[in-house]
Order: sequence, then structure tokens, then C-alpha cells
Amino acid sequence: MSHVQPRVPLLEMQGIRKEFPGTLANDDVSLAILPGEIHALLGENGAGKSTLVKMIYGVLQPDAGEMRWQGSPEHVASPREARHLGIGMVFQHFSLFEALSAAENIALSLDDAPEASTIVERASRVSQEYGLPLDPLAMVGDLSVGERQRIEIVRCLLQEPSLLVLDEPTSVLTPQEAERLFETLEKLRADGRSILYISHRLEEVQRMCDRATVLRQGRVVGACDPREETAASLASMMVGKDLKPVERESVHDRGEVLFEIRHLNRPAETPFAVALRDISLQVNAGDIIGIAGVAGNGQSEFFEAVSGEVLQSEPDMVRLCGTDAGALGIGHRRALGAAFVPEERLGHGAVPSLSLSQNLLLSRHASDHAEFLGTAGWVQRARLMAKSRAVIEALDVRCGGPDPAAGTLSGGNLQKFIIGRELDRQPRVLLVNQPTWGVDAGAAAHIRQALIELARNGSAVVLISQDLDELFEVCDAMAVMHDGELSEPIPREQATLETIGLLMGGASMGSAA
Amino acid sequence: MEIAENILLTIATASTPLLIAALGELVVERSGVLNLGVEGMMVMGAVCGFVLTATTGSPWLGLIGAVFAAALFSLLFGFLTLSIATNQVASGLSLTLLGLGLSGLIGEKFVGIAGQKLPSLYIPGLSDIPLIGRLVFGQDPIFYISLALVVGVMWFLFRTRAGLTLRAIGDNHESAHALGIGVIRARYLAVLFGGACAGLAGAHLSLVYTPQWVENMTSGRGWIALALVVFASWRPWRVLAGAYLFGGVTIGQLHAQALGVGIPSQLLSALPYLATIAVLVIISRNRRLTLLNTPASLGRPFVPNR
Amino acid sequence: MQLALVRRQYPSRVLSVFTPFIAFGLTLLAGSIMFAAQGLDPLVTLYTYFVEPLIETWSLHELAIKAAPLILIGVGLSVCFLSNNWNIGAEGQFVVGAITGSALPVLWPDFANFATLPLMLLFGVLGGCAYACIPALLKTRFNTNEILTSLMLVYVAQLLLDWLVRGPWRNPEGFNFPETRIFNDAAILPELFSEYGRANWGIVFALVAAIGVWLMLRKTLKGFEVQVVGASPRAGRFAGFSSSRMVFFAFGLSGALAGLAGIAEVAGASGQLRPVISPGYGFTAIIVAFLGRLNPLGIVAAGLVLALTYLGGEAAQIALGLSDKVVRVFQGMLLFFVLATDTLIHYQVRVTGGTTAGDSRGDR
Repeated sequence: MSHVQPRVPLLEMQGIRKEFPGTLANDDVSLAILPGEIHALLGENGAGKSTLVKMIYGVLQPDAGEMRWQGSPEHVASPREARHLGIGMVFQHFSLFEALSAAENIALSLDDAPEASTIVERASRVSQEYGLPLDPLAMVGDLSVGERQRIEIVRCLLQEPSLLVLDEPTSVLTPQEAERLFETLEKLRADGRSILYISHRLEEVQRMCDRATVLRQGRVVGACDPREETAASLASMMVGKDLKPVERESVHDRGEVLFEIRHLNRPAETPFAVALRDISLQVNAGDIIGIAGVAGNGQSEFFEAVSGEVLQSEPDMVRLCGTDAGALGIGHRRALGAAFVPEERLGHGAVPSLSLSQNLLLSRHASDHAEFLGTAGWVQRARLMAKSRAVIEALDVRCGGPDPAAGTLSGGNLQKFIIGRELDRQPRVLLVNQPTWGVDAGAAAHIRQALIELARNGSAVVLISQDLDELFEVCDAMAVMHDGELSEPIPREQATLETIGLLMGGASMGSAA
Repeated sequence: MEIAENILLTIATASTPLLIAALGELVVERSGVLNLGVEGMMVMGAVCGFVLTATTGSPWLGLIGAVFAAALFSLLFGFLTLSIATNQVASGLSLTLLGLGLSGLIGEKFVGIAGQKLPSLYIPGLSDIPLIGRLVFGQDPIFYISLALVVGVMWFLFRTRAGLTLRAIGDNHESAHALGIGVIRARYLAVLFGGACAGLAGAHLSLVYTPQWVENMTSGRGWIALALVVFASWRPWRVLAGAYLFGGVTIGQLHAQALGVGIPSQLLSALPYLATIAVLVIISRNRRLTLLNTPASLGRPFVPNR
Repeated sequence: MQLALVRRQYPSRVLSVFTPFIAFGLTLLAGSIMFAAQGLDPLVTLYTYFVEPLIETWSLHELAIKAAPLILIGVGLSVCFLSNNWNIGAEGQFVVGAITGSALPVLWPDFANFATLPLMLLFGVLGGCAYACIPALLKTRFNTNEILTSLMLVYVAQLLLDWLVRGPWRNPEGFNFPETRIFNDAAILPELFSEYGRANWGIVFALVAAIGVWLMLRKTLKGFEVQVVGASPRAGRFAGFSSSRMVFFAFGLSGALAGLAGIAEVAGASGQLRPVISPGYGFTAIIVAFLGRLNPLGIVAAGLVLALTYLGGEAAQIALGLSDKVVRVFQGMLLFFVLATDTLIHYQVRVTGGTTAGDSRGDR
């Protein structure tokens, strides 16, 4: 290692072990963070990064191992103790309260319980100092994800932490917002604070971080200076093997329009929902069109409307396979040849307590009525089981037992099953929402390849994703959803990270291009 | 004049138990817990208050005993839903069924015994002022406690840090846990407070409203209190308004029965229940508003630390 | 000391079978303590309570009479609870079923032929079903909490019955007693083996309903729909199942079965309407449903157990002078223990000496 430092580490974790029923999340993990460095914790989904930082912050307790703070052993029994030591944490899925104001959210994490006016004043000072604008009186429920993240960071900084832990902070930001975050982090480093930066995005890590610790399947597999590594070497350290890149020939046959949205409008139904405004989109057979955007800009509402979970006011707002489908329910839309994969696996795409074969029936009972159901709706279990086995084999789903409950599968394997369940029908139209979110790299590559193959075999595929790398890897064109509106699709050859990023941030088509 | 004063007094008496029980439940629900055991805790308060009064001769001891007994009883619910994460709806029902059964057994020997009424306030001069004298200066002590509770709960929820913490837990218990807030502990305290309030409300029934013990004497008031919390959109001052509205309906129908207005007495007796349904329908109709007001983690079990 | 729950990777199959027995055992234990506190010998009392009623044939018939409504209602409630519809107004639906079914023999006492009984049963079913559809309608149309509305309607139904038997339906030759005329013979539910005891067709209805609903839940798409909508409404929507139709289905079915139980009770055991026709069957059936783990076949067993608590209560009152109030305490404890032990299926319970993260120090 080039960075052999004589300094005492700010935080040192040694031999940390944490087991959950069925998984060993951390096994003999050691890690040292020096004062004033940005230290990356790298690893793909499910590698145990979040578990480790939750132990640092006292939310979880390790089963074995030692933690030293500025050289002396510490037992962090609660987040409050962690804060007392000087550890601040920005969670991946924020730990904010939607029904409370920004100032109230901040107050809750301050252990000295100052007056409301003091909080507002201190918060605005910090937010100015580090370029993190926020409105202390706004209800968090009304704010965008970027704004929420700023509240979390300001909330941490008010405690004057010497170590700031950020769990996947850029996964919810536009490239431009991420850029501003990096500036803030560099200011913090200049102040002498340490940062533990958790990510699976290699460019960010290479650009900002002084050192990196890589986790794979709960174990440390390497510690390095990321700037001396290549993206490929880091990736293979994370994944453990060289991943086959996704293959995609850009020249292909295009057929008729199979998927068409015409001036789709939908009012917001709940206080925190986004209204869809005049969305139009056409997708031909053979194409994959991506829909980029920061989460919470109408993607779920769009999915609900197009899938038929919610019906439209005009039948021709949604046309699937040449038929007006706006007034048809999701079962009828499936029968037309469409298939849908929602973002949330547990509780939307699958019922965790039900078996895989029952979950197969979940989306297939309407489209394959004759195959799986007898008279009076009698379920043909043997056929369901056989089909479920076929899906499991086709997508290499790893699961315990012949027909386990969906909730017992890992995220990646369940996602493969859910996608395989739809691909098995060879749908002519496929709408998928965040198919690789929280999925390990191997499964993600598998899923992306499967989407490309489906399209090239003559189906129209619409891929909603927050992951710009994924969209650039897979799609023929990309549209951007922002605040319930959808931009014109931009062909991949003309799209750049910058234009897409600007559109994600709300710039208009003309100014972004 | 006299009649009007009497009617207003009886309305206050009929409303007080609803108000107290609903305030207690409001705090419980604000913490994200749905305790459907209000009826059971209330009837336990009623029977314990009566039995203690009858055996010790002191309604004050009865009052205190009722509060403690119901709070203790609420711990059963707390254990089920908080310590071992059972379904809150089913656990609340079990508390109500158990409370109705136990109270019947405890009070069996006390049916038909004349009770002792908690003395009302009397300030010479002030209590004799026409029309408002007895209303303001001559009511039972629990009435004054109930009004203090409204102010106290409002102050606690919206002016104190503990209240902010409680609301935060009710909004999102996972976030609260991640910040290191003791979710389970705070909820236990809220459930205990709810139990104590239900006990006080029950004591009001058996020590003030009708000083005697009758099996099932709460006759659905615990459930109406639950409905009041929804009606009030989880706001204390609206609970006050709602409780007096229901008290008014109850007393109104009683007077109508007494006057013999030609409507079957059973229909009049059904009015408070029908009014509850009507009010619930009106208040819940706006789905958006209901969603906005309901504590977001209400009824969801929470298991810390995986 | 604290309890920590650790989620099992797979729910325990063994425990899901045995927890009802554990719960029953714990109830007996708690009951013994209660008896001992009243100065009774716990073993003798438990014997009188839970064994003696099972020894004689006539008393087994009584058991069937009490179990029939509990099973009928419990089976319907299992569909409600599985689909996450909290119908706790079965008592009211029972009463309304009894009223609508009795309309025929009360208002047209001369209409006595082979069609009388089937029509009564049909009216009972329809009455209970329609009454249960009120909270369903309010829930789907106005987003109103079904727990509170269905419960409020119990009080309304009881007052309606009270008004009828004291008012318009009072027996004209009944010396002003608050009861209707005695039903004609064609309106009486026949006994099964009348030389041995009073058990009537009610128990047969209950068993048929249990098996039918079990098949529906286990083998058909409708049953699958019930499970999916109950476990996660969003997945149900994704599957194309309408949640409001499910609300009506669950409430309608359980109301119909409660209504059938109501009219079968009146046409069987009592033969006329009185101000009070149920010892809380509608509420006890909630316990039956949970003790049977929401499985209709389990509910048959659970219904018999709860029926035994009623019979045993009567027996112990006569033989030992034990208060009849004990019955409801027993039932309440049983539900408490059923819920408590249910947790064991999904979690391991560990007693920890230390503290867990969030709870070590409150933020107050």
C-alpha cells in the first residue's frame, strides 16, 4: 500500500461479524478510517455494506469483533452514543418523518434539544456554509429526494461530527445534484472531517476517495487506493469474477408500433403522489425505450396507469398491440399481450408469504386462464409447479427447495423469477420499472441481456430506471420523466449523461440539448 | 332557565367519559398504535372504581384504583403488540373481550348495590350564580380533569420535545429507530396513558354518571371514543368538540324518550350509534385528507433490530 | 431484561400446528390459578368444566347446538380476516338473520308447508348478507373504517330486535311477554337423532360450510384472491383483483353465514324470537376463527372447544356454584394466548440481558 500512515485511525473496526437468520452479513470485517480522509466502502448489492455501517452507527450490534474510536475501544450501543462520539449518518432510504417539518426533523436528531428558533438559525447557517439550501418550515413529505437528502446532511452536520457516513448518497440524485454533493464533501474533508462513503459507483469513488475497502459476500476482499486502480479492476474485486458485458447490436429490425401512450393525464390521488401531465410515447416492435428520472417524479403513477392497475379516462390514452386499452383492467391488458414488472418486488410484484408457484399464478391467471385454471376457477397445481420449475431453470433462480415462499429468496433471485415469469409468455409489450434496483451484478447483467433479447425478437420494451449506466447500456432511446412530464425520447447516439441529467433536474428540452 | 342548566350539565356529564377515553386513545394512536381495547379498559376502570369505592367507602380511592387498574390492564395489550408484535386489531379485540368478561366476574357481587357518588365541586356564591354557576363552578372533579387533559395533551403533543418524539414515532417507526429513539418504550408509555385515561373514563361512569355497577355498563362508549379519534382527525380540540356533540345527541335522545315523542325508544337509543356511523362516513369521505391526517405507522407492527 | 424477536427464515410448520394447543394449555393453567383463587380445587373444576360435558350423549348434542353457530360464523370470519376485512359485527348479522328469517313464521303463521323452512333459511342468509354489506358499502364507497361501523351496527341490530319483540311482533296471546309467537312446526329446524338429544341440522350446515369454504380457500382462484388481497393489497391490484369486490365478497359471505347461524338458532333451539337470542356467539366466533388459525377445518375443532366453554360453564355453575361469568373470562384468555403464541411461528423469542439499539436510552 502506498498510503502507510503513522496517524491513529479515527475509527477502526476489527473482526466484525454479524449474522441474520439464513445469512452471514458480515464475516471478520476489518476497516480503518483515518482523520480527514474520504474512505470508500465498495461492494455490490447484498455485500453487507449497509449492515456494517448500521453497526458503526449503533443501530445494529455486532455478534463479534471490536470497534476502536481514536484508539480506544468503544461499544456503541445506540445511535445516540454514536452521535455523542462524533459519528453522523445519512441513510440510504432516509430516516426522515414526512409529516413533520424540516426543522422538526432536525430537532429530533439533536440530543441537546435546543429551542426551535435556535435550530432554524443554526440550520440555515450550516446550509449556507456548505451550499445545502433548505427551507426549515417545509413539510418533508412535500420535498423532492434531493431536498430530503440535504436535510439529512444538514441534520448530521449540526452535530459537528468528525466522521460522516453516507450510504449510497448519489443513487437518488441527478448527475448535477451529485456534483454539488461532491463539492460539499470536499469542503468537509478540507475542514478535517472524515467521510465513509458507501457506493457501488466506481467513477465517483475513483474521483473523490482517498482509500477504499471492498466487501464481497460479507467479507473484506481488498483495501486499496482507488485512484491507482482501474474501474475494471475495482469491479472484478467487487463482483469476484469478470462479468460478461451485455451484448447489444444497435442495428435491428423495427416493426409496427406496439406500445403507444397518447396525451396521458392523471391527477394526483394522494397528498404525496405526482400528477401525470400530457404524456405521449410510441415504442415499435424491436426497440427498448428507457425512461430516466429521479425516483418520485411520476414513475410509479405512470406504471400504475399503463399497467391498468388504474384505468384511464379515455380508452385511447393507452394503446397496447394496436388496441385501445385505457378502459381495460390489468388482466385484459395482459391478455392483449402486454406484461408488467413493478418496482417493488415484495408486496407488489410478489406476495412474500406465498410460494413461487402461487406467485406465478399472480400475474398469469388472466393471460393463461386455460392453462392454469379448471372449471369454477379450480387451480391446476401440478401445471403451476411445472411452469414454475421451468422459469426457475430458464433464469437460473437460486432458491431453497422446489417451491419456497417468495420472501425467502434474495432480492436478485426473486427479481429473476418475477422477470422470468413474464418473459416465459413472450409478451409483445413489456413495461419494467427499476428491474435491477438492489440486485447483485450477476443477476442484473442477466436481466438486462434478457430484456435486449426480448426486444430483438420483436417485442416492444419500456424500461423505467434511475440507473443511467443501465439505460445507456440497454436502450435504443431515452426519455426523461420529471414532475409528471415526459420528454421526447432522445436516440442513444445523441444522448449524453449531461443532457439526460439536466432533463432529470427539470430543464426543458431546448435548453438541455 | 333551570331546565337549560340541567340539560347542559347532563350533556357535560355524558360527554366527559367519551372525551377522556378518546384523548387517551388519541395519544396512543399518535404513537402509531391502534388499541381497540378501549371498551375493555374502560369497563375494567368502571368495575374497579366501583368495587374499591364500595369496599373502602372512599370514591377518591376508587377513582385512583380505577386509573391504575385500567393502566395495568392495558399492559397486557402492550405486551402483545409491542413486546411480541402481534396483530394490533386482534389484540385490541382480545383486550375488550377479556375486559368485559373479567369485569363481569369482579363486579358480580356488587350488582344492585347502591354506589357512592364522587362529590361535585361547590364554591359558595360562585356555584350559585344562575345558569352558569353550576356549569362552571359546580361539576364533578373528573369534568375539570377532562378539560385539563385537553389542554395538557395539546401542550404535550405540540409544545414539548417528548410530544414531537411521539409524533415522529407515529409517522415512521423505522426512521425513529434508526435515529436511536426508543420506539417500544415510548409506545409502552403511550399505551399506559391510554389505559389510565380509559380507566378514568370508566370510573366516571360508575362513580359520577350512574353510581352503580351494571355488567357491560360502558355499552359501546369505548368504541364511540375510538370513532371520536378518527372524527377528530387526531387533534385534541376536535375531540373536545366531538365528545360534546355526542354527549348532546345522547342526552337529546334521552330527553326525547322521556317526553314520549312517539318514536320507539329503541330507535332513539340507537341514535348515538347511527350518529357515529354517519359522522365517520362524513369525515372519512375525503380519502386524501384522511391519509394526510392518519399517523402513517398506525397499526403496523414494529420489530426492532430484525 | 428484555424480549428480542428474531425473525425466522421460514415460519415454523410444527409450531403453526401446535400453537393452538399450547394456547389452550396456557388457558387451562391460568384458569386453574383463577379457580384456586376462588377456593376451588383446580383439577375437580377443570374436570367438571371440560370433561364432564363430553361424557353423556345428550350433552354432546348440546355441544353440537352451541358449536354450530360458532363454526358457521367463524368460517365466514376466516374469509374476512384472511382478506384483511375486519368484520367484528357478526353478532349483529346473526341477529338480523334471525329477524329476517323469522319474519315468515311470525307474520304469516298460517303459511306452513315444505317450503316454509327453506324460505326462512334463505331469508336469514339474505338478511345477514345484506346487513354485512352496509359496512362493506361504507368502506368501499366512503373509505369508512369497517371495524367501527360493523360494531356500531351490532347495537343497532340488538335494539331493532328489542323493538320488534316488544312492539309489532309481540305475541298477541303472550300476556305481554317480550317475545314473538311460537313458530309453527313447519318452521322448526328438525333434530337429527331426536331420541338421543336435541342436536339439529345446524351442525350439518356448519360442517358443510366449513368444508366448502376450505375447498374454496385452498383450491380455487377465488381463495387465492382472498389470500393475495389480504397479504398485500398492492399485489392484489397487480394481479387484477378488485379490492372493493373482495370487501363485498368477504363481508357478504360472512354476513350470510352469520345470518344462517341466526335463523338456525331461532328455528332450532328456541322456536321464537326473544329480546336476547345469542350469548355473544358473534364475538366468541372471533376467538374461534383465531384459535382455528383461520383455517375452516381448524375452525370446526375450535368451535367445539369454545362451545365446550359454554357448556362447561353451565355445568360448573350447577355442580360447583361457579359464576357463569367465568365463561367469558376463559374465552378472553384463550384469544390472548392464541395471539401470544402465534408470534412463535414467525419469530424466535430471545430474552436478552442487555439492551437493543433503539431502546437502550430513550430520547426524553
